[in-house]
Amino acid sequence: MSSASNNSFILDVRGLTKVFGGLTAVNDVTLQIPRQGIVSVIGPNGAGKTTFFNMITGIYEPTTGFIELDGVNLVGLRPDQVTSAGIARTFQNIRLFASMDCQENVMVGRHSRLKAGYIDSLFRTKRFYESEQEARDVANMMLDFVGLGQFRYEMATNLPYGDQRKLEIARALATSPKLVLLDEPAAGMNPRETEELKSLIRRIRDELGVTVCLIEHDMRLVMTLSEYITVLNYGSKLAEGLPHEIRNNPQVMEAYLGRGAVAGEYGKEAVAGMQEGV
Amino acid sequence: MTAIRPGSQPPTAAPDRTWWLIIVGIITSSLLMLTQEPTWRAALPGGIAKFLTNPLVGSLLLTLFLSNLLFAFRWKAAAWAKALVFFGSLFIILPWAGRDNTAIFDLAIQIGIFAALALGLNIVVGLAGLLDLGYIAFFAVGAYTWGIFGSGQFAKILGYFADNGGPVGGGLRYLLGGLLLTILGAVVMSIISKVKGKWNTGQRWANFLAIMGLVAGIIMSLRGVLILMSPQAQSLMSGVNPNFFWLFLVLALFAAASVGVIIGLPVLKLKGDYLAIITLGLGEVIRVLANNLSTYSNGSQGITPIVSPTVPFMNAIAGALGFSPDQYNLFFLYFLVIAIIAVIILANVRLDRSRIGRAWVAIREDEVAAQAMGVPLMQTKLIAFATGASFAGIMGVIFAAKQTFISPESFILTQSTSILSMVVLGGLGSIPGVILGAAIVTILNISLLPSLGEATAALKLPQQINPAQLQRLVFGTILVMMMLFRPEGMLPSARQQRLMHEDDDPSDNETPQDSLKHSAVEPAAEVYSPGTASIKDDQRTGGAR
Repeated sequence: MSSASNNSFILDVRGLTKVFGGLTAVNDVTLQIPRQGIVSVIGPNGAGKTTFFNMITGIYEPTTGFIELDGVNLVGLRPDQVTSAGIARTFQNIRLFASMDCQENVMVGRHSRLKAGYIDSLFRTKRFYESEQEARDVANMMLDFVGLGQFRYEMATNLPYGDQRKLEIARALATSPKLVLLDEPAAGMNPRETEELKSLIRRIRDELGVTVCLIEHDMRLVMTLSEYITVLNYGSKLAEGLPHEIRNNPQVMEAYLGRGAVAGEYGKEAVAGMQEGV
Repeated sequence: MTAIRPGSQPPTAAPDRTWWLIIVGIITSSLLMLTQEPTWRAALPGGIAKFLTNPLVGSLLLTLFLSNLLFAFRWKAAAWAKALVFFGSLFIILPWAGRDNTAIFDLAIQIGIFAALALGLNIVVGLAGLLDLGYIAFFAVGAYTWGIFGSGQFAKILGYFADNGGPVGGGLRYLLGGLLLTILGAVVMSIISKVKGKWNTGQRWANFLAIMGLVAGIIMSLRGVLILMSPQAQSLMSGVNPNFFWLFLVLALFAAASVGVIIGLPVLKLKGDYLAIITLGLGEVIRVLANNLSTYSNGSQGITPIVSPTVPFMNAIAGALGFSPDQYNLFFLYFLVIAIIAVIILANVRLDRSRIGRAWVAIREDEVAAQAMGVPLMQTKLIAFATGASFAGIMGVIFAAKQTFISPESFILTQSTSILSMVVLGGLGSIPGVILGAAIVTILNISLLPSLGEATAALKLPQQINPAQLQRLVFGTILVMMMLFRPEGMLPSARQQRLMHEDDDPSDNETPQDSLKHSAVEPAAEVYSPGTASIKDDQRTGGAR
């Protein structure tokens, strides 16, 4: 899995490092995401997973390193340019637009793909109407896709928590991405919602052909869903491999459980999840 | 887009008020005319006439009359009645009252000017969420654009260059050199802007020098033009041909928009409080420039007299309707302001309901998420800034033409904050709201509060409790009360209303029939209507709020 032709990987990240002052948050991480795969990045709290996502999406500029999406360099691009290039994301702490309804929220996601500009909007040209129609159609399609079709005109903040996560996914999908990054999509979800999420993520890949990369703490979800897993610890790559390889990796166990008998609830739960989820 | 929006707002079963509207319209109009039309007033018994000529009563009746426009806009009534009352008040009664009392015309134009300013600021603050405390600067740019050229000031500037600019032939050298520098700067900038990724030190310096060259080039070529034109100072002693006014309306639009972009470029990287402070500072910079660049702006003495265009057919109409010749100008400006506001409202609505408007609101709600969804922050914010500025620029030209006198005193910080208070009072992001806010604040400031002082002047109250001295206090109290009891503004936008009242239970003010209709259309509204979704749970788990 390590070396393949550039074409089978959609995202190619090499030697990515981010230093904040004296702290190295992410240290020399290399990651390749196969086209139309579902991959996960896991690691204990504070391992640098979200910083890693933020560098890929342009929120942080990497100190050193190199990011390529489908052969296009992403280093130095602004977040909106990264989105136009084809990476969409969701956020760990949900960031929906509170005063908009669900449809409008998803329509914002279409922004970078619409052609109507300032003059079109002012003079209501044909292009304006076409763009608006496209935005509405895509938004409705994506809302239906994630199963929120009947809440089109509902305020985003009135949705229950699990549905807000789905709405964020719909908004990300409206950007027509090649790759979607999901930052802890199952956080705060109950088991039923997690099950729904699992099938939704599979459908994103199977029906839309979009590659999925997720950060997740729910190991049952990670182990059953992922085709490939990368483990980060203290900002560095600790291990990578297929789910069963990660499950049986003593280093990973140690990272989660700690040395000796000081394992916290979180680590035990995570390891139990890894062993359980098949 | 006629789909019913379940749960967003319960349909209010307002009674049809067509006849009410007509009756109220007739009563308020006749009351207003009784106070203003001398022949009508003369027919009244002395006591009543005296009562009606009390300044406070007059001002209140005027306010009541103007609220007709609001009723016509808000009340549920037949379309013909709405149109009749609205346009009748605007195009017949108000000019009629204005003929008898020029102050009413003046007030109406002033309301129009501030309404346009508030609409412009509404885009910046209400939609895009960029707190701009220096907004009046763009108004000043527009006012000085026409002020300088529509008065003898331009001749004075040319006179200065005739005395100090050297031989006229030198102007050509300045012009050519300046144009060369400008082109060079622009070319270098466009080459550098094509460099992808981060600029190295050399490229940054080259860019800096190119910008400097561009600016120097523009200044040099302008100087060249002024020197070349300096022999014509004599023929421009009373300003350019007043009919250039129309051209300057457009020029002021672009001038103010450009200043908006120039001010916006360095400051829009900041947000919230920092942006507010820096715009406050830059707004003051523009005023101080107007004060100190006395060669061009005549400093604190201001520019006067500024000419207005004459439109023969408007004058003919005004004359036929019995207006006196010194009112022709106000008559024309009144209708011009109405026309321009109509255009501004149209532009406002169209931008709001477009991809750009959505991007503005998204930025206001969450910059990080908006950018991650592909909204370019800088570009979108600059568009908001420039659009808001251009409205102010146009109104600046009209202000200069109406006042015939402008000085830096007209563009002080208080003006910026007062426009901001109009926007907040009326309802952030709501177009009818900010117009109402502008009307209320302007009426209070120009008509109601001063008349309160006049009306009580005869009472010989001691200084400490004399309303004439307490105008600002009354105004402040009204603002505080408004914000306490109606924080979302007088006519909040649908968005803002939903946001502020989503924890209210809609079933409280919903009749049984309504909720039946409701659930028949969309059963889901029962499950997820606002209020039933537990906001508290969302907050605990870190929901979007």
